[in-house]
Order: sequence, then structure tokens, then C-alpha cells
Amino acid sequence: MSPLSHLRQLEAESIHILREVAAECQRPVLLYSIGKDSSVLLRLAQKAFHPGQMPFPLLHIDTGYKFREMIEFRDRYTAQLGLKLIVHTNRAALESGATPFAWGTQRCCGALKTTALLDGLRNGGFDAAIGGARRDEERSRAKERVFSFRDSRGQWDPRNQRPELWNVFNTRIQPGESLRVFPLSNWTELDVWQYIHAEDIPIVPLYFAKPRPMLVRGDSLLPIEQSFVPRLPGEQPQLVMCRMRSLGCSPCTGAIRSEADTVLRIIEELITVRRSERQNRVIDHDQDGSMEIKKQEGYF
Amino acid sequence: MSAATALPVRESFEEFLEQEQAKDLLRFTTAGSVDDGKSTLIGRLLYDSRSVYDDQLESVTNASAGRNAGAIDFSLLTDGLRAEREQGITIDVAYRYFATPRRKFIIADTPGHEQYTRNMVTGASTAELAIVLVDARKGLLPQSRRHAYIASLLGLPHVVIAVNKMDLVGYEHATFARIEADFRRFLARFQSIEPYFVPISALAGDNVVNRSSRMPWFHGPSLLEYLERVPIGKRVQNSAFRFPVQRVVRPNQEFRGYAGTLVSGRISVGDPVVISPSGRQTSIASITTFDGELRHAQAGQAVTLTLADEIDVVRGDTISTPDEPPLSSSGIDATLVWLNGEPAQLNKRYRLKNASRQEWAELKYIRHRLNINSLDHEHASTLEMNEIGSVHLESARPLAFDTYAKNRATGSFILIDEATNATVAAGMITGAVQDARKVFFSPITLSDRITRVSFETVGGKSQTFTLPADDSDAQQAIEELLDRIRARFPEPDWTESGGI
Repeated sequence: MSPLSHLRQLEAESIHILREVAAECQRPVLLYSIGKDSSVLLRLAQKAFHPGQMPFPLLHIDTGYKFREMIEFRDRYTAQLGLKLIVHTNRAALESGATPFAWGTQRCCGALKTTALLDGLRNGGFDAAIGGARRDEERSRAKERVFSFRDSRGQWDPRNQRPELWNVFNTRIQPGESLRVFPLSNWTELDVWQYIHAEDIPIVPLYFAKPRPMLVRGDSLLPIEQSFVPRLPGEQPQLVMCRMRSLGCSPCTGAIRSEADTVLRIIEELITVRRSERQNRVIDHDQDGSMEIKKQEGYF
Repeated sequence: MSAATALPVRESFEEFLEQEQAKDLLRFTTAGSVDDGKSTLIGRLLYDSRSVYDDQLESVTNASAGRNAGAIDFSLLTDGLRAEREQGITIDVAYRYFATPRRKFIIADTPGHEQYTRNMVTGASTAELAIVLVDARKGLLPQSRRHAYIASLLGLPHVVIAVNKMDLVGYEHATFARIEADFRRFLARFQSIEPYFVPISALAGDNVVNRSSRMPWFHGPSLLEYLERVPIGKRVQNSAFRFPVQRVVRPNQEFRGYAGTLVSGRISVGDPVVISPSGRQTSIASITTFDGELRHAQAGQAVTLTLADEIDVVRGDTISTPDEPPLSSSGIDATLVWLNGEPAQLNKRYRLKNASRQEWAELKYIRHRLNINSLDHEHASTLEMNEIGSVHLESARPLAFDTYAKNRATGSFILIDEATNATVAAGMITGAVQDARKVFFSPITLSDRITRVSFETVGGKSQTFTLPADDSDAQQAIEELLDRIRARFPEPDWTESGGI
């Protein structure tokens, strides 16, 4: 027998990780972000626990500014799979007028994502949060552990992470501490798309190219779902053939010009494209190393 | 673009994608010191295999402007964290990903600096191959020996010795040949290692992806060509079947299955199996997956097994082939790498995790510490961070395992400190020691006054002591003798086994 293909090796590794969480953690939860990585994570969890049910609920941190199509997809797909979904939103911040324009990107993310996540985890008493982050996404993630230890305030200390050897994971924590678990750590963006293709996994239609109304500013395409997105004098939305390469909040996720309207064409585009995945997300460009700062504060 | 990285000729995109999906995966680790040009080499592999995006390239070109304006600094592509970028050294294990038309690669990039043995060990633990970088100007340094030793300790069959900075020695064959000869002499003691020597310049790109015309005397494949072709994954496929049970799956009364991953070997429906530690025998009734029932499964696959008989099997048990069952013992000999600032403590209870099983275990004694520079055995009463020792542990209940040399998955373990929950040590099992608490004594009564007692040490050495025979209770005399032995050898080099 020849060794397993890389995709089947990655799949088995992720299943192993998900089963370890379920076996050793008291109250795990799967952080569901609705994006393509979350869709892959759900499929892997189905595989890990078949023929049983997924032994943990899903938690979606809804900032209130996610794309409408994302929320529709979330409700439809999780109902179809019969999964328990918890949605948590930082209502207080929204009522105080949190928007990336009024508060600035960093403060807005801090309130609607980081604070909301920590509150959501605390409300549920969750001690292990499974997420779809990958090491290839961003430089500071390259050193992230599969089982990433967080102190009682949910914070990440890059100098105080446990060494991780073989696939023997240390899941032990004190009360109040928690783990973030990343079963897709070793997947690349291309692996994720190949797997979606091979497994025929449903994803949010925003990933596929079609004409959408956008504010066009130089190379940037800015979605206009939220009415508070400020317009320049005389600026009108234009219908642009485009798609989302990664999904986030609509005011902070730029679209890319693309004709790729099928998974195959997306993969073809990916192989020839020369820009990294997160580059169209406004949030990472606040300052050099900004993702690392967010992570230390508790961001996923 | 070289032959190595060019896309293969293809009929259609679907066909190309099929080839893509069939690629296998090589995990390798890189070791080298701050100055060996390791970051530059990895940066070049990523860059030349088109795994670096334009915006990432822009961001490292920007960042280089202050330090070294002008050219792209490949090393910045791989230095992850801010603190490290400021210090200009990498201090932890970072994982990188790239692919060529032949294979996918995961690099565990580890620093080579002395105090970071633990990072090298971590990086090597998941790797099948190590690249050891040697500076052509400096030749074989103590750290190169260390890297090769750790590769051998962690059971990596393939080691590439990349002699870097050949551009700075005029691409001279003699320099390369001398380093190769030195290194081969040193490697001779590691029978398990298959070395490959390649002269490169990471900075100039010689023999990294493309074969260099500047070293016509070298006829082997370039570094990347070698990485693409080296055979991998055969060992776990051909080893005895092992399946550590992760979870019992019981969705309803009709189904009772055991979820886990085949860490080695293969299995088919109907095959006889033995459960450890109970020793009960049964056979495989089915191999269940989300994608349907399988007739066979092979190493690496995550599946759910059901058994022909109703046997009590729990998480932590191992399902194996009865032809070659695992060892079972509460006495474990192991090589331990200490990973924590808090040194090892004898007779302290640690949490031992081996595959899916956790058990209490005590560190009973340290046979010796290994000097990682001279590879000499040294007397030691503890192990400090980054130290490697040969030790004996006793677990509260028997464990089923293999030696690490036979099976990396069932022969490895970590130790966790119960107070801090830190992972304090990584262990590689070297053998099982049964009933290690007793002593093999050979008492010979010489006269009514003197008894001579011999006992055998773990290492096979025997020691002889004499004691007065007029003690009414021989057992008590033995106890006193033992106390004297303990006092003389506080770090015992012997096993208490057998009896009077």
C-alpha cells in the first residue's frame, strides 16, 4: 500500500485532534465563523464522531456586521446538519455605536470580536474552543500550537506555550484557564479548497464570483451592506464582477475582482494569484505585527 | 523556473487537480545556528517554489529597509514574532508550508542555538527528515554534531547535510569533501541514519532548487530534488498493527465502536486482534467511517473499529495484532529530554501520556545524563532544561507500548507536572523492565560470620558486598545492606529485583 495522500493525512490528523478534545476536555465548543474553514471543520467533526453525534455545540460570535448571506447560510446549514448553535453578540457595544469608522478598526474588533468571544466562552463555561485557524494564514500564526494555552483572562503568551511533540497533546488546565484548539493548523488555503472540491462541501455563495455593488477605491472593492460605510463626495456603488476570498464583517472585508464562479475555478485562480488571503482584510493593516497583538489580548 | 518546480504537462485542469490531490506529504525539520543561513535557505525554498505571495514579499522588503536596505531579506519571511524580529533570531518552532508538483512539504523550522535543544526535539518529533546546515567556512561544529544526534535520537531515518555558503569558499570541491569526510566519520555511530551531503549557497541559490553550474564537480540532485524523491512513509506502513483507542463510540444500543487512528500497520475485517493491557483476544467485525464501511485500513487512517466479541475496551487501550503484541510493563526504561525550567525530581509523581493513555508515573532513577557535545555519559542526580538522560520510570498501572526504535507513536510519551500542567519532558521508550523493585541476590555463606552477597546491576555489572551472617534475620541484613548501597550510590545504577 502506498502512503496516504497529503489531503487524507491532513484529514486524519484533524480527526485525531477533534477526538482528543472530545475525550479529554470538560466542555469543548466549536467556534463557527461560517467561512470555508469552518465548513471544512464541520465536515471533519462529522467524520470524527460518526456514527455518533458531534459531542459539542457550535458558538458563533456575531459582530452584527457579518454579511447577510453568511447569516442565512449559517442558519440553513446548521439546521440541516441538526447541530446545536449558540450565537453571542456584544449588544452593549453595538448600542454604544461601535462601528469600525466611529471607533476605529482596532477598538471595534476589540469590542465586537475579542470581548464578545471571551464573554461567549465564559457564559457557556467552555474550557476548550475549537477554531479553524491555519498556520499559513499569517506570520505570527506559524508558531501557534495545535492546543494553545490561554490564561484565566483568555490571553496568549507566546513565550509561555507548551512544547508540543509527536501528536501527544497536553490538554490539562486549571479552572478558569482554557485552550484554543486548531485542528486545521497544518492545512494551507489550497488544501482547504482542494478538500472542499474533493468532498463537495457547501460554502457561503459570497466565495463565488458574481456582479455585486461595490465602492471602488483604487485597488480596493468595499462592500456597502452597512449604511454607515462613508461615501466620498459623489461616490456611487458600481456593479463589479467579484468575490470574497475570506469572510469577515462586511465593512472590513474587501472583495477581489474575479471571474471564479465554481470551486474548480477558484482553485485555478488560487494557483495563479499572487496576493495572500488576508491581504484584503482591512484589519491586519493597522500596524506591523497587529495580529500578534490581537492574539495576546485574546483574539482568536 | 526549474524543471523541479514547473507544472507538469497536463490534459486538463481536472487532471492536474487529481495529480495535486494524490501528492504525498514530507514533514522535515531544519536545524542550524543563527549564522548558518537557515532562515535564508527556507525563505529561498518558499520563494523559489512560489509559496510567497507578492504582498508578503512587499512586507518583508519594507521591514528590511531599516536593517538592510535594498535586496529582499529571505530570512524575514520566516521570522514570525515581533520580539524575534527585533532581536534578529528565531526562538521557537515555526511551521512553514510549500509544495512542488511532486510533493507537499511541512517544515518545522527550529533554532539551532544551544539552549533550544527542546525546540529542535519538538520540531524533529513530527519529521521524517532533518536538514542540518553547516557553514562551509567553519566545517563540522559541536552544534552540527548535536543536530545529527537529535535527529538520530528522534528516529529520523533521513538526514541531509547541507554545506552552505559555498560561494564564500570559492565553490571549492576540497572544502566540501573535507566536511563530508569529517561528518561521515562522526555519523558512523548512528547506524539508523542515511545521510545525504549537498553543497549549496542559500543566498545565491546554488543547488537549492537548481543544480549549480558553479560546482560541476558535484553530480547529485539539488536539495529540493532530493526532498522531492526521498522515499517516505514506508516504515509505519510495514510495522505491526497498532490502534490506540481514543474514544468509545456508542450512539445507540446496537453500535459499540472504538474511534482512533492506525498509527502503524494495516488491518482487515476478520483479522484477529489483542487488546492491551487486558490481553483479551477477539477479531475485527467492521471498519466504520463517515464515508462508508471499509474492508481494509492502513497506517495513518482515522477510523472506528467494531469487535466481534463484547469486550470491555476503554480509551487508552491499544488494539494490536496478536502476532506481534506490544510490551506491557509498569517499569519503563526511556531516554528523557527535559523541557522545563523546573528540573526533574526523583520519586515525584508525573502525569505520563503515551498515545491516548494517561497514567501516574514516578521517575525512579537517572542512569546517566548525555553530554550532547561529547556524547559522553555523565553521572547525574537530576535533569535540567534541555538535558537528555537515560532514566527509569515506574507507572502506577502497567502500560502497553513499543520501544521508540520500533514504533514512534506507541514508543513516545510526554510527562506533565501535576501542579503547573506544564509539559516538562519528552520520552522515548528504550525497553520494559519487569519487577524492577526487587533485587537479584546471590548470597553465599562463607563462614558463620560472613556472608558474601552479589547482585546484578541494570547495566549487567555485578557488585559484591560482604555482611555479617550472625544477624538472626537475613532479610533485615539485606535491608541494611541496601541502605548502605543507597548511601554509597545516591543515584543508583542498579535495579532492586529478585529476592533473597
